[in-house]
Amino acid sequence: MREVAIVGAGMTRFGELWESSLRQIFAEAAIEALENAGTDRLDGMWIGNMSAGRFVNQEHLGPIMAAEIGRAGVAAARVESACASGGAALRAAFLDVASGASDLVLAAGVEKMNDGVDVTDVLATASDQELEAYHGITFPGLYAMIARAHMQAYGTTEEDLAWIAVKNHRHGAMNPKAQFRREVTAEQVMASSVVAEPLRLLHCSPVSDGAAALLLCPLDQAKRYTDRPVKILGAGMGTATMTLAERESPADLDAVKHSAETAYKMAGVGPGDIDVAEVHDCFAIAEICCLEGLGMVERGKGGEAARTGETALGGRIPVNTSGGLKSKGHPVGATGIAQAIEIYEQLRDESGDRQVKGAKIGLTQNMGGSGASSVVHIFGRV
Amino acid sequence: MPSPRYWREVPARFRLEASRCGSCGKVSYPARQICPACRKKELEPTRLTPRGSVVTSTVVHVAPDDLMMEAPYAMALVETPEGPRLMMQVVDCDPSQVLAGMDVRFEFRKIRKEGHSGILCYGYKAVPA
Repeated sequence: MREVAIVGAGMTRFGELWESSLRQIFAEAAIEALENAGTDRLDGMWIGNMSAGRFVNQEHLGPIMAAEIGRAGVAAARVESACASGGAALRAAFLDVASGASDLVLAAGVEKMNDGVDVTDVLATASDQELEAYHGITFPGLYAMIARAHMQAYGTTEEDLAWIAVKNHRHGAMNPKAQFRREVTAEQVMASSVVAEPLRLLHCSPVSDGAAALLLCPLDQAKRYTDRPVKILGAGMGTATMTLAERESPADLDAVKHSAETAYKMAGVGPGDIDVAEVHDCFAIAEICCLEGLGMVERGKGGEAARTGETALGGRIPVNTSGGLKSKGHPVGATGIAQAIEIYEQLRDESGDRQVKGAKIGLTQNMGGSGASSVVHIFGRV
Repeated sequence: MPSPRYWREVPARFRLEASRCGSCGKVSYPARQICPACRKKELEPTRLTPRGSVVTSTVVHVAPDDLMMEAPYAMALVETPEGPRLMMQVVDCDPSQVLAGMDVRFEFRKIRKEGHSGILCYGYKAVPA
Protein backbone atom coordinates (compact mmCIF):
# COMPACT_ATOMS: atom_id res chain seq x y z
CA MET A 1 0.00 0.00 0.00
CA ARG A 2 1.14 3.54 -0.75
CA GLU A 3 1.31 6.13 2.02
CA VAL A 4 -1.54 8.63 1.76
CA ALA A 5 -1.77 12.32 2.66
CA ILE A 6 -4.48 14.94 2.93
CA VAL A 7 -3.61 18.07 0.95
CA GLY A 8 -6.80 20.12 0.89
CA ALA A 9 -9.96 20.70 2.91
CA GLY A 10 -13.23 22.55 2.50
CA MET A 11 -16.33 22.86 4.66
CA THR A 12 -19.55 24.82 4.79
CA ARG A 13 -20.91 26.37 7.94
CA PHE A 14 -23.07 23.78 9.74
CA GLY A 15 -26.64 24.71 10.65
CA GLU A 16 -30.05 25.35 9.15
CA LEU A 17 -29.01 26.35 5.64
CA TRP A 18 -32.46 26.99 4.19
CA GLU A 19 -31.02 29.14 1.42
CA SER A 20 -28.86 26.30 0.02
CA SER A 21 -29.64 22.99 -1.67
CA LEU A 22 -27.87 19.63 -1.29
CA ARG A 23 -25.79 20.16 -4.42
CA GLN A 24 -24.91 23.75 -3.53
CA ILE A 25 -23.47 22.87 -0.13
CA PHE A 26 -21.58 19.92 -1.63
CA ALA A 27 -20.08 22.19 -4.32
CA GLU A 28 -19.08 24.84 -1.78
CA ALA A 29 -17.05 22.32 0.26
CA ALA A 30 -15.61 20.42 -2.72
CA ILE A 31 -14.50 23.53 -4.61
CA GLU A 32 -12.82 24.90 -1.48
CA ALA A 33 -10.89 21.63 -0.99
CA LEU A 34 -9.72 21.58 -4.61
CA GLU A 35 -8.77 25.27 -4.67
CA ASN A 36 -7.03 24.80 -1.36
CA ALA A 37 -4.70 22.30 -3.02
CA GLY A 38 -4.53 24.37 -6.21
CA THR A 39 -5.35 21.47 -8.49
CA ASP A 40 -7.65 21.18 -11.48
CA ARG A 41 -7.08 17.44 -11.74
CA LEU A 42 -9.33 14.95 -9.95
CA ASP A 43 -9.45 11.17 -10.42
CA GLY A 44 -12.46 10.26 -8.34
CA MET A 45 -14.73 11.05 -5.45
CA TRP A 46 -16.45 9.16 -2.66
CA ILE A 47 -19.43 10.95 -1.16
CA GLY A 48 -20.58 10.10 2.34
CA ASN A 49 -24.32 10.57 2.62
CA MET A 50 -26.83 8.82 4.80
CA SER A 51 -30.18 9.47 3.24
CA ALA A 52 -30.52 12.11 0.54
CA GLY A 53 -33.11 9.74 -0.91
CA ARG A 54 -35.35 10.24 2.11
CA PHE A 55 -34.35 13.79 3.06
CA VAL A 56 -34.61 15.40 -0.40
CA ASN A 57 -35.63 12.55 -2.73
CA GLN A 58 -32.25 12.49 -4.44
CA GLU A 59 -30.25 9.30 -4.96
CA HIS A 60 -27.39 8.66 -7.41
CA LEU A 61 -25.21 11.34 -5.86
CA GLY A 62 -21.98 10.37 -7.68
CA PRO A 63 -22.73 11.82 -11.10
CA ILE A 64 -24.89 14.72 -9.94
CA MET A 65 -22.17 15.98 -7.62
CA ALA A 66 -19.31 15.33 -10.07
CA ALA A 67 -21.15 17.33 -12.74
CA GLU A 68 -21.92 20.11 -10.24
CA ILE A 69 -18.19 20.81 -9.85
CA GLY A 70 -17.40 20.35 -13.54
CA ARG A 71 -15.93 16.86 -13.13
CA ALA A 72 -18.50 14.73 -15.03
CA GLY A 73 -16.45 11.80 -16.24
CA VAL A 74 -14.61 10.90 -13.03
CA ALA A 75 -15.38 7.83 -10.92
CA ALA A 76 -17.87 8.93 -8.27
CA ALA A 77 -20.27 7.16 -5.92
CA ARG A 78 -22.14 7.60 -2.67
CA VAL A 79 -20.96 5.68 0.40
CA GLU A 80 -23.49 4.90 3.11
CA SER A 81 -23.11 3.68 6.67
CA ALA A 82 -25.77 5.83 8.37
CA CYS A 83 -24.09 8.55 10.48
CA ALA A 84 -20.70 6.95 9.75
CA SER A 85 -21.11 7.55 6.00
CA GLY A 86 -18.50 10.31 6.01
CA GLY A 87 -15.95 8.13 7.79
CA ALA A 88 -16.70 5.27 5.41
CA ALA A 89 -16.22 7.62 2.43
CA LEU A 90 -12.86 8.74 3.81
CA ARG A 91 -11.80 5.12 4.23
CA ALA A 92 -12.87 4.35 0.64
CA ALA A 93 -10.87 7.31 -0.67
CA PHE A 94 -7.87 6.34 1.46
CA LEU A 95 -7.92 2.78 0.10
CA ASP A 96 -8.44 4.11 -3.45
CA VAL A 97 -5.22 6.12 -3.22
CA ALA A 98 -3.30 3.61 -1.08
CA SER A 99 -4.00 0.83 -3.58
CA GLY A 100 -2.48 2.82 -6.41
CA ALA A 101 -5.73 2.88 -8.38
CA SER A 102 -6.13 6.68 -8.15
CA ASP A 103 -3.89 9.63 -7.36
CA LEU A 104 -6.17 12.54 -6.53
CA VAL A 105 -9.37 11.58 -4.76
CA LEU A 106 -11.99 13.64 -2.99
CA ALA A 107 -13.46 12.25 0.24
CA ALA A 108 -16.62 14.22 0.82
CA GLY A 109 -19.68 14.17 3.00
CA VAL A 110 -22.98 15.98 2.61
CA GLU A 111 -26.41 15.99 4.23
CA LYS A 112 -29.41 18.27 3.81
CA MET A 113 -31.68 17.43 6.76
CA ASN A 114 -33.71 20.64 6.96
CA ASP A 115 -36.02 20.42 3.98
CA GLY A 116 -39.33 19.60 5.57
CA VAL A 117 -39.34 15.82 6.16
CA ASP A 118 -39.94 13.97 9.44
CA VAL A 119 -36.27 13.79 10.50
CA THR A 120 -36.97 11.45 13.43
CA ASP A 121 -38.51 8.97 11.00
CA VAL A 122 -35.60 9.18 8.52
CA LEU A 123 -32.95 8.76 11.23
CA ALA A 124 -34.83 5.68 12.47
CA THR A 125 -33.95 3.99 9.16
CA ALA A 126 -30.48 3.52 10.66
CA SER A 127 -32.03 1.15 13.20
CA ASP A 128 -33.66 -2.22 12.43
CA GLN A 129 -37.00 -1.46 10.78
CA GLU A 130 -38.73 -4.73 11.66
CA LEU A 131 -37.37 -5.28 15.15
CA GLU A 132 -36.83 -1.77 16.51
CA ALA A 133 -38.38 1.17 14.61
CA TYR A 134 -41.68 -0.66 13.97
CA HIS A 135 -42.33 -0.86 17.69
CA GLY A 136 -41.87 2.88 18.19
CA ILE A 137 -38.31 3.29 19.37
CA THR A 138 -36.62 6.48 18.11
CA PHE A 139 -32.94 7.13 17.64
CA PRO A 140 -32.58 9.19 20.81
CA GLY A 141 -34.60 6.39 22.45
CA LEU A 142 -32.00 3.78 21.50
CA TYR A 143 -29.19 5.92 22.95
CA ALA A 144 -31.33 6.55 26.02
CA MET A 145 -31.48 2.78 26.54
CA ILE A 146 -27.71 2.60 26.12
CA ALA A 147 -27.42 5.41 28.69
CA ARG A 148 -29.57 3.62 31.24
CA ALA A 149 -27.64 0.38 30.70
CA HIS A 150 -24.39 2.33 31.18
CA MET A 151 -25.69 3.92 34.36
CA GLN A 152 -26.57 0.51 35.69
CA ALA A 153 -23.27 -1.11 34.70
CA TYR A 154 -20.81 1.67 35.50
CA GLY A 155 -22.62 4.16 37.72
CA THR A 156 -22.74 6.92 35.11
CA THR A 157 -25.04 9.76 36.19
CA GLU A 158 -27.23 12.33 34.44
CA GLU A 159 -24.74 14.95 35.56
CA ASP A 160 -21.91 13.05 33.83
CA LEU A 161 -23.92 13.29 30.61
CA ALA A 162 -24.45 17.02 31.11
CA TRP A 163 -20.70 17.68 31.39
CA ILE A 164 -20.11 16.26 27.91
CA ALA A 165 -22.47 18.89 26.49
CA VAL A 166 -20.94 21.66 28.61
CA LYS A 167 -17.42 20.81 27.44
CA ASN A 168 -18.33 20.49 23.78
CA HIS A 169 -20.31 23.72 23.72
CA ARG A 170 -17.36 25.49 25.34
CA HIS A 171 -15.19 24.29 22.45
CA GLY A 172 -17.84 24.96 19.79
CA ALA A 173 -18.32 28.54 20.97
CA MET A 174 -14.85 29.17 19.48
CA ASN A 175 -15.62 27.51 16.11
CA PRO A 176 -16.87 29.93 13.42
CA LYS A 177 -18.41 27.01 11.46
CA ALA A 178 -20.41 25.65 14.41
CA GLN A 179 -24.20 25.61 14.48
CA PHE A 180 -24.41 26.63 18.15
CA ARG A 181 -21.63 29.07 19.04
CA ARG A 182 -22.53 29.46 22.68
CA GLU A 183 -21.67 27.95 26.01
CA VAL A 184 -24.19 26.12 28.17
CA THR A 185 -24.09 25.32 31.90
CA ALA A 186 -24.68 21.93 33.48
CA GLU A 187 -27.80 23.42 35.10
CA GLN A 188 -29.17 24.47 31.70
CA VAL A 189 -28.51 21.02 30.26
CA MET A 190 -30.25 19.30 33.17
CA ALA A 191 -33.24 21.65 32.96
CA SER A 192 -33.74 21.26 29.19
CA SER A 193 -36.77 19.35 27.89
CA VAL A 194 -36.76 15.53 27.91
CA VAL A 195 -36.37 13.79 24.53
CA ALA A 196 -36.12 10.18 25.69
CA GLU A 197 -35.39 9.54 29.37
CA PRO A 198 -32.67 10.09 30.62
CA LEU A 199 -31.60 12.13 27.56
CA ARG A 200 -32.58 15.79 27.38
CA LEU A 201 -32.51 18.18 24.45
CA LEU A 202 -29.07 19.53 25.36
CA HIS A 203 -27.63 16.01 25.45
CA CYS A 204 -28.55 15.63 21.77
CA SER A 205 -26.84 16.84 18.60
CA PRO A 206 -29.04 19.04 16.41
CA VAL A 207 -30.59 18.56 12.99
CA SER A 208 -28.15 20.17 10.57
CA ASP A 209 -27.30 20.87 6.96
CA GLY A 210 -23.69 20.88 5.89
CA ALA A 211 -20.95 19.53 3.68
CA ALA A 212 -17.26 18.83 4.06
CA ALA A 213 -14.54 17.62 1.69
CA LEU A 214 -10.93 16.48 1.85
CA LEU A 215 -8.50 15.95 -1.02
CA LEU A 216 -6.22 12.91 -0.76
CA CYS A 217 -3.12 11.97 -2.74
CA PRO A 218 -0.05 9.75 -2.34
CA LEU A 219 2.29 11.13 0.34
CA ASP A 220 5.19 11.31 -2.11
CA GLN A 221 3.18 13.73 -4.31
CA ALA A 222 1.75 15.79 -1.45
CA LYS A 223 4.28 18.65 -1.53
CA ARG A 224 3.00 19.61 -5.00
CA TYR A 225 -0.24 20.71 -3.40
CA THR A 226 0.63 21.96 0.08
CA ASP A 227 3.69 22.55 2.24
CA ARG A 228 1.95 21.02 5.25
CA PRO A 229 0.31 17.73 4.27
CA VAL A 230 -1.16 15.51 6.95
CA LYS A 231 -0.55 11.78 6.71
CA ILE A 232 -3.26 9.18 7.25
CA LEU A 233 -1.51 6.70 9.53
CA GLY A 234 -4.34 4.20 9.87
CA ALA A 235 -7.94 3.45 9.02
CA GLY A 236 -10.28 0.91 10.57
CA MET A 237 -13.91 0.03 10.24
CA GLY A 238 -15.94 -2.30 12.42
CA THR A 239 -19.50 -3.42 12.94
CA ALA A 240 -21.63 -4.81 15.74
CA THR A 241 -25.13 -6.27 15.70
CA MET A 242 -27.68 -3.81 14.38
CA THR A 243 -30.13 -4.35 17.22
CA LEU A 244 -29.42 -3.54 20.84
CA ALA A 245 -31.30 -6.76 21.57
CA GLU A 246 -28.49 -8.94 20.22
CA ARG A 247 -25.66 -7.23 22.12
CA GLU A 248 -24.48 -8.97 25.24
CA SER A 249 -24.23 -5.61 27.00
CA PRO A 250 -26.09 -2.65 25.49
CA ALA A 251 -23.67 -0.39 27.40
CA ASP A 252 -20.62 -1.51 25.37
CA LEU A 253 -20.07 -0.44 21.76
CA ASP A 254 -18.05 -3.29 20.24
CA ALA A 255 -17.98 -1.72 16.75
CA VAL A 256 -15.91 1.13 18.18
CA LYS A 257 -13.46 -1.33 19.71
CA HIS A 258 -13.11 -3.29 16.46
CA SER A 259 -12.58 -0.18 14.33
CA ALA A 260 -10.06 1.23 16.81
CA GLU A 261 -8.04 -1.98 17.02
CA THR A 262 -7.66 -2.10 13.23
CA ALA A 263 -6.69 1.57 12.99
CA TYR A 264 -4.23 1.46 15.94
CA LYS A 265 -2.55 -1.61 14.44
CA MET A 266 -2.19 -0.06 10.99
CA ALA A 267 -0.87 3.19 12.48
CA GLY A 268 1.43 1.44 14.96
CA VAL A 269 0.18 3.61 17.82
CA GLY A 270 -2.02 3.15 20.87
CA PRO A 271 -4.61 5.28 22.66
CA GLY A 272 -1.89 6.83 24.84
CA ASP A 273 -0.19 8.30 21.77
CA ILE A 274 -3.18 10.40 20.66
CA ASP A 275 -2.83 14.16 21.23
CA VAL A 276 -6.28 15.27 20.04
CA ALA A 277 -9.44 13.38 19.08
CA GLU A 278 -12.83 13.95 17.51
CA VAL A 279 -15.31 11.31 18.64
CA HIS A 280 -18.95 10.73 17.78
CA ASP A 281 -21.01 12.58 20.42
CA CYS A 282 -24.39 12.39 18.63
CA PHE A 283 -25.74 12.02 22.17
CA ALA A 284 -23.75 12.74 25.32
CA ILE A 285 -23.69 9.06 26.29
CA ALA A 286 -22.09 8.23 22.93
CA GLU A 287 -18.94 10.25 23.69
CA ILE A 288 -18.59 8.35 26.96
CA CYS A 289 -19.06 4.91 25.34
CA CYS A 290 -16.80 5.79 22.39
CA LEU A 291 -13.92 7.00 24.56
CA GLU A 292 -14.17 3.71 26.46
CA GLY A 293 -14.23 1.71 23.23
CA LEU A 294 -11.20 3.63 21.99
CA GLY A 295 -9.35 2.83 25.23
CA MET A 296 -8.88 6.54 26.01
CA VAL A 297 -10.68 6.55 29.36
CA GLU A 298 -11.49 3.85 31.88
CA ARG A 299 -14.99 2.41 31.70
CA GLY A 300 -17.37 4.61 33.64
CA LYS A 301 -14.95 7.58 33.72
CA GLY A 302 -16.00 9.42 30.54
CA GLY A 303 -18.33 11.92 32.21
CA GLU A 304 -15.85 12.65 34.98
CA ALA A 305 -13.13 13.23 32.37
CA ALA A 306 -15.24 16.01 30.83
CA ARG A 307 -16.07 17.56 34.22
CA THR A 308 -12.47 17.62 35.45
CA GLY A 309 -11.20 18.94 32.13
CA GLU A 310 -9.20 15.84 31.28
CA THR A 311 -10.89 15.68 27.86
CA ALA A 312 -11.25 19.47 27.47
CA LEU A 313 -8.87 21.86 25.74
CA GLY A 314 -5.76 22.09 27.88
CA GLY A 315 -6.43 18.65 29.39
CA ARG A 316 -4.65 15.30 29.01
CA ILE A 317 -6.46 14.38 25.79
CA PRO A 318 -8.67 17.13 24.31
CA VAL A 319 -11.78 15.57 22.75
CA ASN A 320 -14.07 17.32 20.28
CA THR A 321 -12.20 20.61 20.07
CA SER A 322 -14.48 21.47 17.13
CA GLY A 323 -17.46 21.48 19.48
CA GLY A 324 -18.30 17.94 18.48
CA LEU A 325 -21.57 16.95 16.88
CA LYS A 326 -23.34 18.54 19.84
CA SER A 327 -22.30 22.14 19.25
CA LYS A 328 -20.79 22.15 15.76
CA GLY A 329 -23.84 20.36 14.32
CA HIS A 330 -24.43 16.92 12.83
CA PRO A 331 -25.35 16.81 9.14
CA VAL A 332 -25.07 13.04 9.38
CA GLY A 333 -23.24 12.13 6.14
CA ALA A 334 -20.85 15.09 6.46
CA THR A 335 -19.85 14.48 10.07
CA GLY A 336 -17.05 11.94 9.49
CA ILE A 337 -15.31 14.29 7.05
CA ALA A 338 -15.83 17.34 9.28
CA GLN A 339 -14.20 15.45 12.16
CA ALA A 340 -11.17 14.74 9.96
CA ILE A 341 -11.00 18.41 8.92
CA GLU A 342 -10.74 19.45 12.58
CA ILE A 343 -7.81 17.06 13.07
CA TYR A 344 -6.23 18.13 9.74
CA GLU A 345 -6.29 21.73 10.92
CA GLN A 346 -5.04 20.84 14.40
CA LEU A 347 -2.05 19.02 12.91
CA ARG A 348 -1.34 22.06 10.68
CA ASP A 349 -1.54 24.52 13.63
CA GLU A 350 -4.54 26.23 12.04
CA SER A 351 -7.08 25.90 14.85
CA GLY A 352 -6.66 29.35 16.39
CA ASP A 353 -8.17 29.57 19.89
CA ARG A 354 -8.91 25.85 19.76
CA GLN A 355 -5.34 24.83 18.92
CA VAL A 356 -3.91 21.91 20.90
CA LYS A 357 -0.31 23.03 21.17
CA GLY A 358 2.19 20.66 19.65
CA ALA A 359 -0.39 18.07 18.60
CA LYS A 360 1.40 15.46 16.48
CA ILE A 361 -1.09 12.59 16.27
CA GLY A 362 -4.87 12.92 16.01
CA LEU A 363 -7.78 10.50 15.81
CA THR A 364 -11.34 10.57 14.51
CA GLN A 365 -14.09 8.11 15.39
CA ASN A 366 -17.34 8.23 13.44
CA MET A 367 -20.28 6.02 14.39
CA GLY A 368 -23.23 4.70 12.45
CA GLY A 369 -26.62 4.02 13.97
CA SER A 370 -26.86 3.08 17.62
CA GLY A 371 -23.29 1.84 17.54
CA ALA A 372 -23.71 -0.77 14.78
CA SER A 373 -20.88 0.60 12.64
CA SER A 374 -17.81 2.66 13.43
CA VAL A 375 -14.90 4.09 11.48
CA VAL A 376 -11.64 5.24 13.05
CA HIS A 377 -8.86 7.19 11.34
CA ILE A 378 -5.50 8.17 12.78
CA PHE A 379 -3.56 11.10 11.37
CA GLY A 380 -0.02 12.34 11.82
CA ARG A 381 2.03 15.44 11.12
CA VAL A 382 4.48 15.01 8.28
CA MET B 1 -45.05 -0.42 5.09
CA PRO B 2 -46.40 -2.24 1.97
CA SER B 3 -48.59 -5.20 2.85
CA PRO B 4 -46.33 -8.01 1.48
CA ARG B 5 -43.59 -6.81 3.79
CA TYR B 6 -46.01 -6.75 6.69
CA TRP B 7 -47.28 -10.25 5.82
CA ARG B 8 -43.74 -11.68 5.60
CA GLU B 9 -43.12 -10.56 9.17
CA VAL B 10 -46.09 -12.52 10.52
CA PRO B 11 -44.16 -15.63 11.73
CA ALA B 12 -41.75 -13.59 13.83
CA ARG B 13 -44.04 -10.77 14.82
CA PHE B 14 -47.25 -12.68 15.53
CA ARG B 15 -46.04 -16.19 16.41
CA LEU B 16 -42.70 -15.21 18.01
CA GLU B 17 -40.92 -17.84 15.90
CA ALA B 18 -37.22 -18.20 16.60
CA SER B 19 -34.58 -20.83 15.76
CA ARG B 20 -32.56 -23.02 18.08
CA CYS B 21 -29.09 -24.12 16.98
CA GLY B 22 -28.66 -27.89 17.12
CA SER B 23 -24.92 -27.43 17.50
CA CYS B 24 -24.41 -24.71 20.15
CA GLY B 25 -27.96 -24.34 21.48
CA LYS B 26 -28.24 -20.60 20.89
CA VAL B 27 -31.77 -19.37 20.28
CA SER B 28 -31.97 -16.60 17.67
CA TYR B 29 -34.91 -14.31 17.11
CA PRO B 30 -36.14 -13.91 14.45
CA ALA B 31 -35.26 -17.33 12.94
CA ARG B 32 -32.01 -17.39 10.96
CA GLN B 33 -30.56 -19.40 8.08
CA ILE B 34 -27.24 -19.74 9.87
CA CYS B 35 -26.46 -19.61 13.59
CA PRO B 36 -24.91 -16.19 14.32
CA ALA B 37 -22.90 -17.69 17.21
CA CYS B 38 -21.32 -20.79 15.62
CA ARG B 39 -22.33 -20.44 11.93
CA LYS B 40 -23.76 -23.96 11.77
CA LYS B 41 -26.94 -24.56 9.78
CA GLU B 42 -28.63 -27.20 11.98
CA LEU B 43 -31.43 -24.93 13.11
CA GLU B 44 -34.75 -26.07 14.60
CA PRO B 45 -37.77 -23.79 14.72
CA THR B 46 -38.86 -22.86 18.22
CA ARG B 47 -41.21 -20.32 19.78
CA LEU B 48 -40.47 -17.76 22.43
CA THR B 49 -42.40 -17.73 25.69
CA PRO B 50 -44.43 -14.50 25.70
CA ARG B 51 -43.00 -13.06 28.88
CA GLY B 52 -39.71 -11.74 30.17
CA SER B 53 -37.76 -9.24 32.20
CA VAL B 54 -36.73 -5.67 31.34
CA VAL B 55 -32.99 -5.30 30.60
CA THR B 56 -32.95 -1.56 29.84
CA SER B 57 -35.61 1.01 29.05
CA THR B 58 -36.51 4.58 28.17
CA VAL B 59 -39.55 6.82 28.05
CA VAL B 60 -39.93 8.37 24.60
CA HIS B 61 -41.16 11.96 24.79
CA VAL B 62 -40.37 13.05 21.23
CA ALA B 63 -42.07 10.43 19.04
CA PRO B 64 -42.21 9.81 15.29
CA ASP B 65 -45.30 11.33 13.61
CA ASP B 66 -47.22 8.02 13.61
CA LEU B 67 -46.96 7.69 17.39
CA MET B 68 -47.04 11.34 18.40
CA MET B 69 -50.41 11.01 20.15
CA GLU B 70 -49.10 8.21 22.38
CA ALA B 71 -46.08 10.06 23.81
CA PRO B 72 -44.75 9.86 26.42
CA TYR B 73 -44.55 6.06 26.21
CA ALA B 74 -42.16 3.49 27.71
CA MET B 75 -39.97 1.28 25.53
CA ALA B 76 -37.92 -1.62 26.88
CA LEU B 77 -35.56 -4.38 25.86
CA VAL B 78 -37.22 -7.46 27.29
CA GLU B 79 -35.32 -10.74 27.78
CA THR B 80 -37.41 -13.87 27.20
CA PRO B 81 -36.79 -17.13 29.14
CA GLU B 82 -35.21 -18.61 25.97
CA GLY B 83 -32.61 -15.81 25.85
CA PRO B 84 -33.53 -13.55 22.91
CA ARG B 85 -34.42 -9.97 23.78
CA LEU B 86 -37.24 -8.01 22.15
CA MET B 87 -37.69 -4.28 21.71
CA MET B 88 -41.20 -3.54 22.94
CA GLN B 89 -43.49 -0.81 24.08
CA VAL B 90 -44.58 -1.32 27.72
CA VAL B 91 -48.15 -0.24 28.43
CA ASP B 92 -50.90 -0.36 31.08
CA CYS B 93 -48.61 1.14 33.70
CA ASP B 94 -46.87 4.37 34.66
CA PRO B 95 -44.03 4.71 32.09
CA SER B 96 -41.65 5.91 34.79
CA GLN B 97 -42.02 2.54 36.58
CA VAL B 98 -40.61 0.61 33.60
CA LEU B 99 -37.06 -0.07 34.76
CA ALA B 100 -34.50 -2.89 34.55
CA GLY B 101 -35.63 -5.98 36.43
CA MET B 102 -39.38 -5.42 35.90
CA ASP B 103 -41.27 -8.60 34.93
CA VAL B 104 -43.64 -8.31 31.98
CA ARG B 105 -45.83 -10.52 29.82
CA PHE B 106 -46.72 -9.97 26.17
CA GLU B 107 -50.16 -9.04 24.87
CA PHE B 108 -51.25 -8.90 21.25
CA ARG B 109 -52.05 -5.26 20.50
CA LYS B 110 -52.27 -2.68 17.76
CA ILE B 111 -48.78 -1.20 17.38
CA ARG B 112 -49.51 1.65 15.00
CA LYS B 113 -51.73 2.95 12.25
CA GLU B 114 -49.62 3.83 9.28
CA GLY B 115 -50.10 7.14 7.53
CA HIS B 116 -53.50 8.72 6.99
CA SER B 117 -55.22 5.69 5.44
CA GLY B 118 -52.70 2.92 6.03
CA ILE B 119 -53.20 -0.55 7.41
CA LEU B 120 -53.51 -1.24 11.09
CA CYS B 121 -50.24 -2.77 12.29
CA TYR B 122 -50.31 -5.35 15.08
CA GLY B 123 -47.75 -7.08 17.25
CA TYR B 124 -46.88 -7.60 20.90
CA LYS B 125 -46.70 -5.00 23.61
CA ALA B 126 -45.53 -5.75 27.14
CA VAL B 127 -47.69 -5.27 30.22
CA PRO B 128 -46.74 -5.70 33.90
CA ALA B 129 -46.71 -9.43 34.80
